[in-house]
Amino acid sequence: MNIYLDLFLTFAKVGVCTFGGGYAMLPILQREVVEKKGWATEEELTDYFAIGQCTPGIIAVNTATFIGHKYKGIAGGILATLGVVFPSLIIITIIAAFLQNFASYPVVAHALAGINAAVVALIAVSVFKLGKSTLKGKIAPWIFIVVLVLAQGGGLFSDALGLQGLAASAISTITSPAVLVVVAGVLGWFLFYPHNGGKGGEKA
Amino acid sequence: MIMTLLRLFYEFFKTGLFSVGGGMATIPFLQHMGEKTGWFTNGDLTTMIAVSESTPGPMGVNMATYVGFKICGVVGAVVATLGLIAPSIIVILIIAGFLQKFRHSKSVEAVFSGLRPASTALIASAGLSVAWSVFTVANQLSPDSLPSIRWRAVILAAAVFVCMKWTPLKKLHPILFIAAAAVVGIIFQF
Repeated sequence: MNIYLDLFLTFAKVGVCTFGGGYAMLPILQREVVEKKGWATEEELTDYFAIGQCTPGIIAVNTATFIGHKYKGIAGGILATLGVVFPSLIIITIIAAFLQNFASYPVVAHALAGINAAVVALIAVSVFKLGKSTLKGKIAPWIFIVVLVLAQGGGLFSDALGLQGLAASAISTITSPAVLVVVAGVLGWFLFYPHNGGKGGEKA
Repeated sequence: MIMTLLRLFYEFFKTGLFSVGGGMATIPFLQHMGEKTGWFTNGDLTTMIAVSESTPGPMGVNMATYVGFKICGVVGAVVATLGLIAPSIIVILIIAGFLQKFRHSKSVEAVFSGLRPASTALIASAGLSVAWSVFTVANQLSPDSLPSIRWRAVILAAAVFVCMKWTPLKKLHPILFIAAAAVVGIIFQF
Protein backbone atom coordinates (compact mmCIF):
# COMPACT_ATOMS: atom_id res chain seq x y z
CA MET A 1 0.00 0.00 0.00
CA ASN A 2 1.07 3.57 -0.60
CA ILE A 3 2.86 4.79 2.54
CA TYR A 4 0.89 8.02 2.73
CA LEU A 5 -2.42 6.25 2.27
CA ASP A 6 -1.38 3.82 4.99
CA LEU A 7 -0.60 6.74 7.30
CA PHE A 8 -3.93 8.40 6.60
CA LEU A 9 -5.95 5.19 7.04
CA THR A 10 -4.11 4.14 10.20
CA PHE A 11 -4.85 7.47 11.84
CA ALA A 12 -8.43 7.38 10.61
CA LYS A 13 -8.68 4.04 12.41
CA VAL A 14 -7.19 5.64 15.54
CA GLY A 15 -9.81 8.39 15.24
CA VAL A 16 -12.67 5.89 14.98
CA CYS A 17 -11.47 3.94 18.00
CA THR A 18 -11.00 6.98 20.27
CA PHE A 19 -13.80 7.81 22.69
CA GLY A 20 -13.31 10.97 24.75
CA GLY A 21 -10.23 13.14 24.97
CA GLY A 22 -6.71 12.64 23.71
CA TYR A 23 -5.86 10.33 26.59
CA ALA A 24 -8.40 7.79 25.42
CA MET A 25 -6.42 7.69 22.18
CA LEU A 26 -3.29 6.39 23.89
CA PRO A 27 -4.25 2.69 24.08
CA ILE A 28 -5.18 2.74 20.39
CA LEU A 29 -1.93 4.49 19.45
CA GLN A 30 0.07 1.93 21.40
CA ARG A 31 -1.63 -0.87 19.51
CA GLU A 32 -1.73 0.59 15.98
CA VAL A 33 1.34 2.80 15.82
CA VAL A 34 3.81 1.28 18.29
CA GLU A 35 3.03 -2.45 18.20
CA LYS A 36 1.64 -2.97 14.68
CA LYS A 37 3.43 -0.38 12.54
CA GLY A 38 6.51 0.41 14.59
CA TRP A 39 6.31 4.09 13.60
CA ALA A 40 7.14 5.25 17.14
CA THR A 41 8.32 3.79 20.45
CA GLU A 42 6.58 3.95 23.84
CA GLU A 43 9.13 6.55 24.93
CA GLU A 44 8.44 8.70 21.90
CA LEU A 45 4.70 8.51 22.59
CA THR A 46 5.25 9.90 26.09
CA ASP A 47 7.48 12.62 24.61
CA TYR A 48 4.75 13.61 22.18
CA PHE A 49 2.08 13.61 24.86
CA ALA A 50 4.33 15.75 27.08
CA ILE A 51 4.96 18.31 24.34
CA GLY A 52 1.35 18.10 23.16
CA GLN A 53 0.22 19.20 26.62
CA CYS A 54 2.10 22.45 26.65
CA THR A 55 1.76 23.50 23.03
CA PRO A 56 -1.29 25.02 21.35
CA GLY A 57 -4.04 22.71 20.20
CA ILE A 58 -5.69 19.58 21.48
CA ILE A 59 -3.45 16.67 22.45
CA ALA A 60 -4.94 14.16 20.01
CA VAL A 61 -4.16 16.36 17.02
CA ASN A 62 -0.70 17.33 18.27
CA THR A 63 0.27 13.69 18.80
CA ALA A 64 -0.95 12.68 15.33
CA THR A 65 1.06 15.49 13.71
CA PHE A 66 4.18 14.43 15.64
CA ILE A 67 4.02 10.76 14.69
CA GLY A 68 3.21 11.53 11.06
CA HIS A 69 6.13 13.95 10.86
CA LYS A 70 8.52 11.47 12.42
CA TYR A 71 7.53 8.83 9.90
CA LYS A 72 7.21 10.87 6.70
CA GLY A 73 8.15 14.50 7.24
CA ILE A 74 5.82 17.45 6.76
CA ALA A 75 3.46 15.68 4.36
CA GLY A 76 3.28 12.80 6.84
CA GLY A 77 2.39 15.14 9.70
CA ILE A 78 -0.40 16.75 7.72
CA LEU A 79 -1.81 13.45 6.43
CA ALA A 80 -1.80 11.78 9.85
CA THR A 81 -3.66 14.76 11.29
CA LEU A 82 -6.22 14.82 8.50
CA GLY A 83 -6.64 11.07 9.03
CA VAL A 84 -7.37 11.41 12.73
CA VAL A 85 -10.09 14.05 12.18
CA PHE A 86 -11.64 12.41 9.12
CA PRO A 87 -14.00 10.00 10.95
CA SER A 88 -15.23 12.84 13.18
CA LEU A 89 -16.20 14.86 10.13
CA ILE A 90 -18.31 12.07 8.74
CA ILE A 91 -19.86 10.76 11.96
CA ILE A 92 -20.65 14.15 13.47
CA THR A 93 -22.05 15.50 10.23
CA ILE A 94 -24.44 12.55 9.99
CA ILE A 95 -25.51 12.90 13.60
CA ALA A 96 -25.92 16.68 13.42
CA ALA A 97 -27.95 16.34 10.22
CA PHE A 98 -30.22 13.44 11.11
CA LEU A 99 -30.07 12.56 14.79
CA GLN A 100 -30.67 15.75 16.72
CA ASN A 101 -31.44 13.92 19.96
CA PHE A 102 -28.66 11.40 19.56
CA ALA A 103 -27.15 11.89 23.00
CA SER A 104 -30.50 11.62 24.77
CA TYR A 105 -31.47 8.20 23.41
CA PRO A 106 -31.40 5.84 26.42
CA VAL A 107 -29.53 3.20 24.44
CA VAL A 108 -26.76 5.70 23.61
CA ALA A 109 -26.52 6.80 27.23
CA HIS A 110 -26.28 3.18 28.46
CA ALA A 111 -23.69 2.27 25.85
CA LEU A 112 -21.65 5.35 26.68
CA ALA A 113 -21.70 4.55 30.40
CA GLY A 114 -20.31 1.12 29.58
CA ILE A 115 -17.73 2.56 27.17
CA ASN A 116 -16.56 5.07 29.79
CA ALA A 117 -15.92 2.28 32.29
CA ALA A 118 -13.89 0.44 29.65
CA VAL A 119 -11.93 3.61 28.82
CA VAL A 120 -10.84 3.86 32.46
CA ALA A 121 -9.47 0.31 32.24
CA LEU A 122 -7.82 1.02 28.87
CA ILE A 123 -6.03 4.09 30.18
CA ALA A 124 -4.89 2.12 33.25
CA VAL A 125 -3.44 -0.63 31.04
CA SER A 126 -1.70 2.02 28.91
CA VAL A 127 -0.18 3.74 31.92
CA PHE A 128 1.27 0.43 33.16
CA LYS A 129 2.75 -0.20 29.70
CA LEU A 130 4.24 3.29 29.52
CA GLY A 131 5.54 3.05 33.07
CA LYS A 132 7.59 0.01 32.18
CA SER A 133 9.65 2.05 29.73
CA THR A 134 9.54 5.52 31.33
CA LEU A 135 9.95 4.80 35.05
CA LYS A 136 13.37 3.17 35.01
CA GLY A 137 16.19 4.23 37.31
CA LYS A 138 16.12 5.84 40.73
CA ILE A 139 14.91 9.34 39.98
CA ALA A 140 12.15 8.80 37.42
CA PRO A 141 9.68 7.09 39.81
CA TRP A 142 9.99 10.04 42.19
CA ILE A 143 9.27 12.55 39.44
CA PHE A 144 6.24 10.40 38.55
CA ILE A 145 4.92 10.41 42.13
CA VAL A 146 5.46 14.12 42.75
CA VAL A 147 3.84 15.15 39.45
CA LEU A 148 0.92 12.78 40.02
CA VAL A 149 0.29 14.16 43.51
CA LEU A 150 0.53 17.76 42.33
CA ALA A 151 -1.66 17.21 39.27
CA GLN A 152 -4.33 15.36 41.24
CA GLY A 153 -4.00 17.28 44.48
CA GLY A 154 -3.85 20.86 43.19
CA GLY A 155 -7.57 21.44 43.39
CA LEU A 156 -7.94 19.45 46.62
CA PHE A 157 -5.25 21.45 48.42
CA SER A 158 -6.89 24.77 47.73
CA ASP A 159 -10.34 23.37 48.61
CA ALA A 160 -9.04 21.89 51.86
CA LEU A 161 -7.31 25.10 52.87
CA GLY A 162 -10.35 27.13 51.85
CA LEU A 163 -8.21 29.20 49.50
CA GLN A 164 -9.95 31.59 47.21
CA GLY A 165 -9.17 34.17 44.60
CA LEU A 166 -5.50 34.79 43.92
CA ALA A 167 -4.09 31.99 46.09
CA ALA A 168 -6.40 29.39 44.54
CA SER A 169 -5.65 30.50 41.02
CA ALA A 170 -1.91 30.52 41.80
CA ILE A 171 -2.13 26.88 42.91
CA SER A 172 -4.18 25.86 39.90
CA THR A 173 -1.64 27.55 37.61
CA ILE A 174 1.31 25.84 39.27
CA THR A 175 -0.37 22.45 39.08
CA SER A 176 -1.58 22.80 35.48
CA PRO A 177 -0.22 20.13 33.13
CA ALA A 178 1.63 22.64 30.94
CA VAL A 179 3.55 24.11 33.90
CA LEU A 180 4.32 20.68 35.36
CA VAL A 181 5.71 19.52 32.01
CA VAL A 182 7.99 22.55 31.70
CA VAL A 183 9.21 22.21 35.30
CA ALA A 184 9.90 18.49 34.81
CA GLY A 185 11.84 19.25 31.63
CA VAL A 186 14.01 21.84 33.38
CA LEU A 187 14.48 19.47 36.31
CA GLY A 188 15.44 16.73 33.86
CA TRP A 189 18.12 18.93 32.37
CA PHE A 190 19.63 19.63 35.81
CA LEU A 191 19.38 16.04 37.03
CA PHE A 192 20.41 14.10 33.95
CA TYR A 193 22.65 16.39 31.92
CA PRO A 194 26.14 16.15 33.49
CA HIS A 195 26.14 12.39 33.89
CA ASN A 196 23.77 11.32 31.18
CA GLY A 197 24.91 7.71 31.18
CA GLY A 198 23.20 5.14 33.31
CA LYS A 199 20.28 6.98 34.83
CA GLY A 200 16.88 7.88 33.49
CA GLY A 201 14.97 6.42 30.61
CA GLU A 202 17.05 7.66 27.73
CA LYS A 203 16.46 6.35 24.25
CA ALA A 204 18.24 3.21 23.19
CA MET B 1 -21.43 32.77 3.10
CA ILE B 2 -17.74 33.33 2.35
CA MET B 3 -17.51 35.83 5.19
CA THR B 4 -19.14 33.40 7.61
CA LEU B 5 -16.73 30.66 6.53
CA LEU B 6 -13.75 32.95 7.01
CA ARG B 7 -15.06 33.95 10.43
CA LEU B 8 -15.62 30.29 11.29
CA PHE B 9 -12.05 29.43 10.31
CA TYR B 10 -10.70 32.40 12.25
CA GLU B 11 -12.69 31.62 15.40
CA PHE B 12 -11.61 27.96 15.42
CA PHE B 13 -8.04 28.85 14.53
CA LYS B 14 -8.03 31.00 17.68
CA THR B 15 -9.56 28.16 19.70
CA GLY B 16 -6.88 25.77 18.42
CA LEU B 17 -4.14 28.28 19.11
CA PHE B 18 -5.11 29.18 22.66
CA SER B 19 -6.60 26.01 24.11
CA VAL B 20 -3.79 23.96 25.53
CA GLY B 21 -4.44 20.35 26.49
CA GLY B 22 -7.29 17.95 25.85
CA GLY B 23 -10.61 18.57 24.16
CA MET B 24 -12.13 19.83 27.43
CA ALA B 25 -9.77 22.80 27.20
CA THR B 26 -11.70 24.07 24.19
CA ILE B 27 -14.99 24.43 26.09
CA PRO B 28 -14.36 27.87 27.67
CA PHE B 29 -13.34 29.18 24.24
CA LEU B 30 -16.47 27.77 22.65
CA GLN B 31 -18.63 29.35 25.36
CA HIS B 32 -17.07 32.69 24.61
CA MET B 33 -17.47 32.14 20.87
CA GLY B 34 -21.18 31.39 21.29
CA GLU B 35 -21.77 34.54 23.34
CA LYS B 36 -19.83 36.74 20.95
CA THR B 37 -21.14 35.46 17.61
CA GLY B 38 -24.61 34.28 18.58
CA TRP B 39 -23.98 31.09 16.58
CA PHE B 40 -25.15 28.86 19.42
CA THR B 41 -26.44 29.15 22.97
CA ASN B 42 -25.01 27.56 26.09
CA GLY B 43 -27.84 25.03 25.86
CA ASP B 44 -26.76 24.09 22.32
CA LEU B 45 -23.22 23.79 23.61
CA THR B 46 -24.31 21.29 26.27
CA THR B 47 -25.89 19.14 23.54
CA MET B 48 -22.75 19.42 21.44
CA ILE B 49 -20.57 18.33 24.35
CA ALA B 50 -22.84 15.34 24.99
CA VAL B 51 -22.76 14.29 21.33
CA SER B 52 -19.00 14.83 21.08
CA GLU B 53 -18.41 12.68 24.14
CA SER B 54 -20.62 9.85 22.97
CA THR B 55 -19.26 9.52 19.44
CA PRO B 56 -15.90 8.24 18.22
CA GLY B 57 -13.14 10.75 17.59
CA PRO B 58 -11.24 13.19 19.78
CA MET B 59 -13.71 15.43 21.62
CA GLY B 60 -12.24 18.76 20.55
CA VAL B 61 -12.43 17.79 16.88
CA ASN B 62 -16.00 16.55 17.26
CA MET B 63 -17.01 19.86 18.82
CA ALA B 64 -15.50 21.86 15.97
CA THR B 65 -17.18 19.68 13.36
CA TYR B 66 -20.53 19.97 15.13
CA VAL B 67 -20.43 23.75 15.49
CA GLY B 68 -19.20 24.19 11.91
CA PHE B 69 -21.99 22.00 10.57
CA LYS B 70 -24.63 23.92 12.53
CA ILE B 71 -23.43 27.23 11.09
CA CYS B 72 -22.61 26.37 7.46
CA GLY B 73 -23.42 22.74 6.72
CA VAL B 74 -20.81 20.28 5.51
CA VAL B 75 -18.47 23.00 4.23
CA GLY B 76 -18.70 24.69 7.63
CA ALA B 77 -17.84 21.43 9.38
CA VAL B 78 -14.72 21.03 7.25
CA VAL B 79 -13.67 24.67 7.61
CA ALA B 80 -14.12 24.73 11.41
CA THR B 81 -12.19 21.49 11.82
CA LEU B 82 -9.35 22.69 9.59
CA GLY B 83 -9.28 25.93 11.57
CA LEU B 84 -8.97 24.02 14.83
CA ILE B 85 -6.13 21.78 13.66
CA ALA B 86 -4.17 24.35 11.63
CA PRO B 87 -2.30 25.88 14.61
CA SER B 88 -1.39 22.41 15.91
CA ILE B 89 -0.03 21.35 12.55
CA ILE B 90 2.06 24.50 12.16
CA VAL B 91 3.44 24.59 15.71
CA ILE B 92 4.08 20.86 16.00
CA LEU B 93 5.75 20.61 12.58
CA ILE B 94 8.16 23.38 13.63
CA ILE B 95 8.89 21.71 17.00
CA ALA B 96 9.18 18.26 15.41
CA GLY B 97 11.64 19.64 12.88
CA PHE B 98 13.84 21.05 15.64
CA LEU B 99 13.52 17.90 17.66
CA GLN B 100 14.69 15.76 14.78
CA LYS B 101 17.78 17.92 14.41
CA PHE B 102 18.67 17.92 18.10
CA ARG B 103 17.39 14.49 19.07
CA HIS B 104 20.83 13.20 19.92
CA SER B 105 22.00 16.26 21.80
CA LYS B 106 22.70 15.49 25.45
CA SER B 107 20.60 18.44 26.60
CA VAL B 108 17.52 17.22 24.76
CA GLU B 109 18.03 13.71 26.08
CA ALA B 110 18.32 15.05 29.64
CA VAL B 111 15.19 17.18 29.29
CA PHE B 112 13.22 14.20 28.01
CA SER B 113 14.48 12.02 30.84
CA GLY B 114 12.68 14.43 33.14
CA LEU B 115 9.66 14.83 30.88
CA ARG B 116 8.83 11.16 30.42
CA PRO B 117 7.99 10.27 34.02
CA ALA B 118 6.08 13.56 34.32
CA SER B 119 4.16 12.85 31.14
CA THR B 120 3.33 9.35 32.39
CA ALA B 121 2.12 10.89 35.67
CA LEU B 122 -0.11 13.37 33.84
CA ILE B 123 -1.66 10.58 31.80
CA ALA B 124 -2.21 8.62 35.03
CA SER B 125 -3.72 11.71 36.60
CA ALA B 126 -6.07 12.23 33.66
CA GLY B 127 -7.04 8.56 33.98
CA LEU B 128 -7.81 9.06 37.68
CA SER B 129 -9.99 12.07 36.88
CA VAL B 130 -11.88 10.08 34.28
CA ALA B 131 -12.22 7.21 36.79
CA TRP B 132 -13.57 9.59 39.45
CA SER B 133 -16.23 10.98 37.12
CA VAL B 134 -17.21 7.53 35.85
CA PHE B 135 -17.23 5.73 39.20
CA THR B 136 -19.03 8.26 41.39
CA VAL B 137 -22.28 10.12 41.27
CA ALA B 138 -22.78 13.30 43.30
CA ASN B 139 -25.34 13.01 46.08
CA GLN B 140 -28.31 15.06 44.90
CA LEU B 141 -29.98 15.52 48.30
CA SER B 142 -26.94 16.70 50.22
CA PRO B 143 -24.20 17.90 47.89
CA ASP B 144 -21.68 18.17 50.73
CA SER B 145 -21.82 14.52 51.72
CA LEU B 146 -19.59 11.97 50.01
CA PRO B 147 -20.69 10.99 46.52
CA SER B 148 -22.03 7.49 46.11
CA ILE B 149 -20.13 4.91 44.11
CA ARG B 150 -21.39 3.33 40.90
CA TRP B 151 -20.35 -0.20 41.74
CA ARG B 152 -21.42 -1.63 38.40
CA ALA B 153 -19.06 0.72 36.55
CA VAL B 154 -16.24 -0.18 38.93
CA ILE B 155 -16.83 -3.90 38.37
CA LEU B 156 -17.02 -3.50 34.59
CA ALA B 157 -13.78 -1.48 34.51
CA ALA B 158 -12.05 -4.05 36.72
CA ALA B 159 -13.29 -6.87 34.49
CA VAL B 160 -12.03 -5.10 31.33
CA PHE B 161 -8.67 -4.46 33.01
CA VAL B 162 -8.26 -8.12 33.99
CA CYS B 163 -9.31 -9.32 30.52
CA MET B 164 -6.81 -6.99 28.84
CA LYS B 165 -4.04 -8.35 31.05
CA TRP B 166 -5.11 -11.97 30.61
CA THR B 167 -2.79 -13.65 28.09
CA PRO B 168 -5.39 -15.31 25.80
CA LEU B 169 -7.19 -11.97 25.31
CA LYS B 170 -4.17 -9.67 25.44
CA LYS B 171 -3.75 -9.60 21.68
CA LEU B 172 -7.30 -8.44 20.97
CA HIS B 173 -7.74 -4.92 19.65
CA PRO B 174 -8.77 -2.40 22.35
CA ILE B 175 -11.84 -1.41 20.32
CA LEU B 176 -13.25 -4.91 20.96
CA PHE B 177 -13.18 -4.28 24.70
CA ILE B 178 -14.86 -0.92 24.14
CA ALA B 179 -17.55 -2.56 22.00
CA ALA B 180 -18.09 -5.32 24.58
CA ALA B 181 -18.43 -2.73 27.33
CA ALA B 182 -20.99 -0.83 25.25
CA VAL B 183 -23.04 -4.04 24.92
CA VAL B 184 -22.78 -4.70 28.66
CA GLY B 185 -23.87 -1.10 29.28
CA ILE B 186 -26.94 -1.53 27.10
CA ILE B 187 -27.92 -4.95 28.47
CA PHE B 188 -27.53 -4.00 32.12
CA GLN B 189 -28.93 -0.47 31.66
CA PHE B 190 -25.89 1.38 33.02
